Amino acid sequence: MQYIQQAAFLILAAYSIWLFRSNILQIKKNIFLGREEDLSDQSSLRWRNVVLLALGQKKMFRNPTVAIMHFIIYAGFIIINIEVLEIILDGITGWHRIFLTPLGSLYSLLINFFELLAVGVIGVCIIFFARRNILKLKRFMSKDLDGWPRSDANYILIAEIILMSLFLIMNASDRALQIQGNEHYHETGNFIVSGIIAPLFKNFSSAQLIAIERSCWWLHIVGIFAFLNYLPYSKHLHIMLAFPNAYYSRLEASGKMHNMQNVQNEVKYMMQPELAPTGDAQPMKFGAKDVMDLSWKSLLDAYSCTECGRCSTACPANQTGKLLSPRKIMMDTRDRLQEVGENIKKNGEFKDDGKTLLNDYISVEELRACTTCNACVQECPVSINPLDIILELRRSLIMEDSNAPQEWNAMFGNIENNFAPWKLSPDDRDKWTEDLKN
Amino acid sequence: MHVPTMAEFLASGEQPDILFWVGCAGSFDQRAQKITKAFVTILNKVGIKYAILGKEEMCTGDPARRSGNEFMFQMMAYQNIQILNGYNIKKIVTACPHCFNVLKNEYPELGGNYEVIHHATFLQQLIDEGKVRMTDTGGFKGKKITYHDSCYLGRANDIYEAPRKVLEAMDVALVEMKRCRSNGLCCGAGGAQMFKEEEKGDTRINIERSDEALSTGAKVIAAACPFCNTMLTDGVKNREKENEVEVLDIAELVALSLGN
Ligand code: SF4
Ligand code: SF4
Repeated sequence: MQYIQQAAFLILAAYSIWLFRSNILQIKKNIFLGREEDLSDQSSLRWRNVVLLALGQKKMFRNPTVAIMHFIIYAGFIIINIEVLEIILDGITGWHRIFLTPLGSLYSLLINFFELLAVGVIGVCIIFFARRNILKLKRFMSKDLDGWPRSDANYILIAEIILMSLFLIMNASDRALQIQGNEHYHETGNFIVSGIIAPLFKNFSSAQLIAIERSCWWLHIVGIFAFLNYLPYSKHLHIMLAFPNAYYSRLEASGKMHNMQNVQNEVKYMMQPELAPTGDAQPMKFGAKDVMDLSWKSLLDAYSCTECGRCSTACPANQTGKLLSPRKIMMDTRDRLQEVGENIKKNGEFKDDGKTLLNDYISVEELRACTTCNACVQECPVSINPLDIILELRRSLIMEDSNAPQEWNAMFGNIENNFAPWKLSPDDRDKWTEDLKN
Repeated sequence: MHVPTMAEFLASGEQPDILFWVGCAGSFDQRAQKITKAFVTILNKVGIKYAILGKEEMCTGDPARRSGNEFMFQMMAYQNIQILNGYNIKKIVTACPHCFNVLKNEYPELGGNYEVIHHATFLQQLIDEGKVRMTDTGGFKGKKITYHDSCYLGRANDIYEAPRKVLEAMDVALVEMKRCRSNGLCCGAGGAQMFKEEEKGDTRINIERSDEALSTGAKVIAAACPFCNTMLTDGVKNREKENEVEVLDIAELVALSLGN
């Protein structure tokens, strides 16, 4: 029986890790479909961002209460993984509580701490669930989240509650077995939370308790493996990608737009034809029409988005009822990227599917509403820049499709002819100085 | 008062200490011209050796670039940089956050390297150095004033304190809006929105913002951007409050407080 369990565990572990690995490799491949952008400079500043923004969740602390609650889930998630390590080693070796003897009294200290964390996580998950489903916070009610995204968020909260409860019940039934004197279950003493639950199991038979303990153990680890493989399809991928995303986040002033070297050169050659290279000019593509035209960082952004909606809540366009929602920009980019990735996987290379990110996912009306105010960039807790995507799509609209509202075309004409966005004579540019004379 | 141009400085073989970049709004827009005039009045009073480009100045290309027209932006940048480099400009002060952002952050990689200062910071420096002494000729002492953060000064370039310090120097009763500093709400003009109708929605951004400013009970809404100024002025007018609440640029507030 013991060996069957060990073998089953090994097969399950190997399979889920293999599956996870291939999912992650696929995501990596998708991200690198994006345009190249060198973000390898200033590594010390970048590491600082990882510590402050990802590890320290600095932006979350714009709202301290929520930040602390989120931190509990996050710390719980990371720290309880130490316990999972024990579970895995137990699973492989067939041992029970393999760290108990080597760690001595430190062991109960650790488990006590994990149990408290587990209770904290359960509590916060319940509150977060209520915020989404009972208090109905505005940013969670937005139509951005209709369908799968809203369920995704709820599933994960429920899953966390179940996983943490399993952990506590497992320890409690373990304790009950110890009290009954079962030899396989080494004496650990009462742990802080499960010790309170254990007496409830007083009247259970040894076989029943073993069944409960084993079920919890198995469900817990199966749950964790399932979670691991659920991540790539979920907004919860941010628990991993927040780190690289913070590392590669933009270090320049956020007001600065990316320069288009090809256009810069084009203008230079026009002004100074003697500098122009001879031979045929390369065909040029301007801005982004689809995900492959975006920087790889924008694609990493898309996979890192937690769909929290802080960006859209701060967005002046969204707040005043315009169609634009920076969160939707990120979700659309991810959905389209996922679709393109599958297309390539199926056909060996990208086969035109008659769709593009621009128009089929993100409409002109949305793009036009952006004031480039950077509020979305400022708000995002995981260092995402929705504005970069908006601006690249706008470039494509104007430069590839000549799609501009009438007023903008007039403005372009004025800048070209009068060197100002209004229809006013350049000779009058300094007319105001005349009023000051005398 | 005579406003000197770079061409005049060149003719006399001299170099000014700063170039005042007026910007399109400051040059052409009637409301913004008042800000421009207020700012040169301060420069004049302090005795700073400054010049403008006059007719040689062109749009920085900001609205073109942000609407997506990189070609037009690059054309404007190329021409402006030629002129600025031709005059060997080292230091630029501007009263427009959009010009400031482009000149400071976007021209360097195109070959235009200058020390660029926004007038909020410049005014704060003048006050700190004691070159500008505030009196209460404007009657702003103790007056309830709120300050609207321009996106291109604040979030885009991290300048939140300088304009507030200028207001503090006038001893005003500064009241903050709920959405201020890095949480500040846009006025609705950026990203070339100034030059087109807003997309359809429940309300206009400038109305939303000026309502928030009005709700503070401030008698003056201070701004540091000609476009914010226009947007907020329109918003205040829309609520028929223009007789009770003024929208003023910090340069205007300073110019009015310089004494007689
Ligand atoms: S930059 Fe654009 S998308 Fe982002 S908050 Fe401002 S208006 Fe909204
Ligand atoms: S972009 Fe950032 S702020 Fe916006 S929904 Fe995604 S994670 Fe939240």
